[in-house]
Amino acid sequence: MSTSEMSTSEMSAGASTGEVPAGAVVRGRTASPVLRSPRSLSTRLLRSELRLVFGRRRNQALLLALACVPVLIATAIRLSEGSGRGGRGGDGDGPAFIGQIAGNGLFVAFTALVVTLPLFLPLAVSVAAGEAVAGEASIGTLRNLLVVPVSRTRLLLVKFAGIVAFAVAAALTVGAAGVLIGFALFPIGPVTLLSGGTLGVGAALVRVLLVALYVAAMLAGLAAIGLFASTLTEVPIAAMAVTAITAVVVQILDAVPQIAVIHPYLLTDWWLRFGDLLRDPVVYGDMARGLLVTAGYVVVFGALAWARLGTKDVSS
Amino acid sequence: MTAHTTVDGGSTPTEAAPGNTASADATLSASVSKDAAAVWDAAGEPPALATRGLTKRFRGGQVAVDHIDLLVPHGAVFGFLGPNGSGKTTTIRMLLGLIRPTAGEFDVLGRRMPAAAGAVLPRVGALVEGPAFHPYLSGRANLARLDAGDRTVDPRTSRRRIGEALERVGLTAAAGKRYRNYSLGMRQRLGLAAALLRPRDLLVLDEPTNGLDPQGTREVRTLVRELAAEGSTIFVSSHLLSEIEQICSHVAVMSRGTLVTQGTLAELRDVAAPRLRVVVAGPDDVAVAAEVLARLGLPAPEVEAERLATTIGETPPELVTRELVLAGVGVRELAVERPDLEDVFVSLTGEGFDVDQ
Repeated sequence: MSTSEMSTSEMSAGASTGEVPAGAVVRGRTASPVLRSPRSLSTRLLRSELRLVFGRRRNQALLLALACVPVLIATAIRLSEGSGRGGRGGDGDGPAFIGQIAGNGLFVAFTALVVTLPLFLPLAVSVAAGEAVAGEASIGTLRNLLVVPVSRTRLLLVKFAGIVAFAVAAALTVGAAGVLIGFALFPIGPVTLLSGGTLGVGAALVRVLLVALYVAAMLAGLAAIGLFASTLTEVPIAAMAVTAITAVVVQILDAVPQIAVIHPYLLTDWWLRFGDLLRDPVVYGDMARGLLVTAGYVVVFGALAWARLGTKDVSS
Repeated sequence: MTAHTTVDGGSTPTEAAPGNTASADATLSASVSKDAAAVWDAAGEPPALATRGLTKRFRGGQVAVDHIDLLVPHGAVFGFLGPNGSGKTTTIRMLLGLIRPTAGEFDVLGRRMPAAAGAVLPRVGALVEGPAFHPYLSGRANLARLDAGDRTVDPRTSRRRIGEALERVGLTAAAGKRYRNYSLGMRQRLGLAAALLRPRDLLVLDEPTNGLDPQGTREVRTLVRELAAEGSTIFVSSHLLSEIEQICSHVAVMSRGTLVTQGTLAELRDVAAPRLRVVVAGPDDVAVAAEVLARLGLPAPEVEAERLATTIGETPPELVTRELVLAGVGVRELAVERPDLEDVFVSLTGEGFDVDQ
C-alpha cells in the first residue's frame, strides 16, 4: 500500500465521521485518482438497482401482462358493443366506470386501474419485493453488497425505492395502456365527472395520471410489508407469496362488515378511494387519510425490516 | 503421504524454502504471540487483522468458532488453513461484518470493528465462500453493480477499473457473457475480479482456487504474489495446504472451531522437526551409535531392535554419518525424514480433510 492511498483512505474515514475537514490536503504525493471522499448522497446504487429491477425479463413481462388488462377490457367491450349488447355498469366497491367506456375511451384507463388494483398490481409489487432482499440472499449477492460495503440501512432504502419505482411503473403502465387503447377503439371527449361537471381531454389525462400515482402510493404500503417479508427468508418465492397473500387476506377482512371498526386501519380499505379525483373540485379528505394510513404502514414495516436486516447474520 | 528426504551423506536436509518467507521471519515471528495485543510492525503499520477471543455460537448451540486470537501482520501472505467445517468461513464472515460474533472483539486494518466497517471495508477486497453474482447479468454488469455500491471510488474511473480487474483475472474475452453461462472457473475468476475493483490494503480470499484447474490455480498463486508485491496484505483460506504453501509467509491452522497454531511458515515447519533414522548392523552397534549421537549433542534416541530414531536439528547428516562410520558402527541405513507441511497439517487437525463433527 502506498502512503498516498493510506492517507486518502484515512482522510475519507475521517471525513465521514467529521474528524477531519473534508477538504484536508493529502500530504506528499498526489492521492490515487481512483478514490474520493464518500459523498453523503450518491445515486449510483439507486440507479444500479433500477437497472436491475427494470432490466429483468420477468419484470418486463409482468409490466407487459399488466398492459394487456386494459386492452382485454377495451376489446371485450368493443366486441360486445358490436353485437348490440352495451356494457353494463360495474358492480363492487370501486367507482363504476365500465359502463362509460363505450362513450369515452378515457374510462378504459380508470376501469383498468380499478380492475388491477385488488390482485394484479399487488402481485407485481409482491414479486419485486420478494426479489429485493431474499432474491439477493438466495443467490449470495447480498454478502457481496454488504462487504463492498453497502450499509444495511442504505441497502434497505435503495431496495424500497426500487420496489416503489416498480409499483409506480406498473400503475402508470396500466393507465397509459388504458389511455392508448381507449384512443384506438373508442371516441374520446370531455369526461363527465362523478360530480356532474365535465373536464376537457387534457385535464382528464392529468386526472388519469393522478389516479395512477395515488394507486402507486397505496401500493407503497404493501411494498413495505413485502420488504419486511423479504428480510425474513432466503427464499424469494416465499416472500412473494406472503406479500401477495397478505394483500388478499386484508381485502377479505375489509369485506367483513362485523369488523367494520378496524376497517379504517386496514391498508386496502383506502385503495379504491381515488374516485374522488374525478370530482370537481377534487375531494381530498379520504385520499389524504389513505395516504396517512399507508405512510404508517411504511414506517412500521420499514422499521421492522430495518431491525431485522440490521441484526441478521448473513450466512447465505 | 510422508515425504522422505533420504540423505546419503552428501546433500543437506534443508529444502528450498519459499523466498518470500525467509526475510520476514526474523522480524515478524517475534510479533506472532499468543496474546494478540495490537502489535505494530517496524514501519508503524497496525496488524491487518487482530482478533481477541472471537467466538461464534449459532442458535442451535453449536460453537462454530471458539475464542480465536488471530494476528495477521501487515504485509503478510497469511494462509488460513483447516479442514472443511473447521470454522474458517464463519471466521471470515465475522471479520467482514456479515455475521455478528457471540463474543470477542476484532480489529481490521487497525480499526475496531464493526464500528469502523464503513471506513475500513472499502480498503478490503473480499471473496467469501465462492463467487455469487446475478445470473442474467454479464460479468461486466455484475462488477458495475458492486462498484456502484462503493461510495469511496470515483465513478468516472469505474469503466477503466472494471476493465483492469477483468483483464487481471483473464476474463476480458468473456466480460459481456451472462454469468449463468460462465464455467465454475470463470465464476471464481469473476469473484476475484470483484475483490480487485480498486486498490486494496487487505484481500480476504476464501478458497480462491476452488473449482479452478491446475492452470487456474497456478494463475491465482501468481496473482496473489503480485498483489503481495504491490503491498497488499493477503488473508487466504484453504483446506488444501499444498495449494497455498508456496505463497504464504504465515499460516494459521483451524480445527473444530479452534485455532490450533499460527505463526510463520518456518515456525510451523519446526513443529515437526526433521528426524534422523539409523539402522545398524547388530545389537552391539546400537550402544555405540547411541554414544556417538549423544556426543554430537542429539537427544537420546528411541531404540527399537537395530533402529535408532531421534530429532536431528541443525546437525549436518553427513557429520553424523562420518562419526558413526569412524566409530566403527555398521550403518545399514541412515535417513533424515522431513515431514512436509501436509503431515504437520494433518497431525494438527487430526483426520485431515474430512468434514469435522
